Amino acid sequence: MSGPSVFAALVEFRQLDLLATQPSAIHRLDARAKVIVTLAFIICVMSFGRYAVAPLLPFFAFPVLVAGWARLPSRLLLRKIAMVIPVALLIALPNPFFDRETLLRVGGIGISGGWISLVSILLRALLAAAAAIVLVAVTGFPAICGALERLGMPRTLAVQLLFLYRYLAVLGEEALRMTTARELRGGGRPLSIRLYGVLIGRLLMRTWDRAERIYLAMCARGFVGDFNSGQRSVFGLREGVYVVGWCGFFLLLRTQDVAYRVGQAFLGLLP
Amino acid sequence: MSHHLVEARGLTHVYEDGTVALDDVSFRITHGESVAIIGANGAGKSTLLLHLNGHLHPTRGDVRIGETPLTKQTLPAIRRTVGLVFQDPDDQLFMPTVYDDVAFGPRNQGLPEEEVGKRVQEALERVGVWAVRSKPPYRLSGGEKKRVAIAGVLAMAPDILVMDEPTSGLDPHGRRQLIGLLAAFSHTRIFTSHDLDMVLELCPRTIVLLAGAVMADGPTREIFTDDELLSRCMLERPLAMQACPACGKRKL
Repeated sequence: MSGPSVFAALVEFRQLDLLATQPSAIHRLDARAKVIVTLAFIICVMSFGRYAVAPLLPFFAFPVLVAGWARLPSRLLLRKIAMVIPVALLIALPNPFFDRETLLRVGGIGISGGWISLVSILLRALLAAAAAIVLVAVTGFPAICGALERLGMPRTLAVQLLFLYRYLAVLGEEALRMTTARELRGGGRPLSIRLYGVLIGRLLMRTWDRAERIYLAMCARGFVGDFNSGQRSVFGLREGVYVVGWCGFFLLLRTQDVAYRVGQAFLGLLP
Repeated sequence: MSHHLVEARGLTHVYEDGTVALDDVSFRITHGESVAIIGANGAGKSTLLLHLNGHLHPTRGDVRIGETPLTKQTLPAIRRTVGLVFQDPDDQLFMPTVYDDVAFGPRNQGLPEEEVGKRVQEALERVGVWAVRSKPPYRLSGGEKKRVAIAGVLAMAPDILVMDEPTSGLDPHGRRQLIGLLAAFSHTRIFTSHDLDMVLELCPRTIVLLAGAVMADGPTREIFTDDELLSRCMLERPLAMQACPACGKRKL
């Protein structure tokens, strides 16, 4: 059954925060530098035309290099990144039906624009997810919220974001408990739509109650809506180099069709 | 003037649906006392605790901590004085690591990072879980979680410790260790509990609630020998004060 596994993945998401406590050079960078680079990356990737496929491929270098540099476990990351595939497919699936004009012929088979844009959407979703997940794994979500605030996001919004993240895990835990309880007494029968509604309603109420208790506990420890992550890091030379380096790289990939040139150069080498 | 004083005067709380959760509750707990608040489910114990920290506002009556009345202005100071440990540690622990979680309170107090580090280490060593400081809280055992939750409150250096059901959900060994730990504290302590044997060990004084009203307030041993009172309040003697099921003898 897919339900529990999705919720389990939600709960598992917290593992990313744990990765963020490692001591690599990238982990130690000021969170703002990493947030800026990731935003630049996502904007850059999203700015390509709808049929772009090959020019997107070199962009995978960014998440791969950062993850490798920070020694993140690739299997865990891939599992998380793969979670966006169903969502991206849901968005892109109508394209082949509406956009039937043939754009490309491979060995006599015509490929319509719809299929190409589907692949393009999928690639972009994977790139954006990879960048975002690597960002969380090398920074930690609380630090990202702190960085966003220091970059000028209104404090209320940044705090909301942190709560959203925290409550998502809470929601996952509650849902996991409920689905287990149901499965134990469900006799293997599938869930009816009506029962689904009841369960979702209960889930919402339970999450609400729990969220309130968590908030109370935070207030009891002096929480008044401020971020106090402890490390008040500075944006220094390293951060500057990191931002300028990556942004320059993205700009290069955006303006030059690197994949095409590499392909050409490679063909040139052939006898 | 003592900060360690907790006083409720005519405290009444009526929930929005009309339920009277607390009905004219008055008591005065002084410096260094260790007091249990007991009562059946729904007697108003948790509602009472939430008033001591300003999470709920009385419909009538008031709460004073030290000589300060609890108002919106005094709330931050009161929350520094009164450390509230929740029943379910999962509600309290939310930062990625144990260390960060315990540091949450001191950082909110605006302490410099050096002082925060000192407080965190002291608190975690005090409850004996310094070794798990870099673990994520959800990987800990129930007993460890409880200890970390207590450390999170200790790190804020409160004068008064308020704990909701400290021994619930712990195995016998964990419970025994926790009781030893709590007995060693010199804070003013207020516990709610159904674990009456723990109450017997930790609290010389007990307040009994029934339907939101104080039924008794006095020495724990006297209250636990008043069988009529206990049965009226849907309680019973702690096991240590009951006859041994094997030989019929009483331990206490």
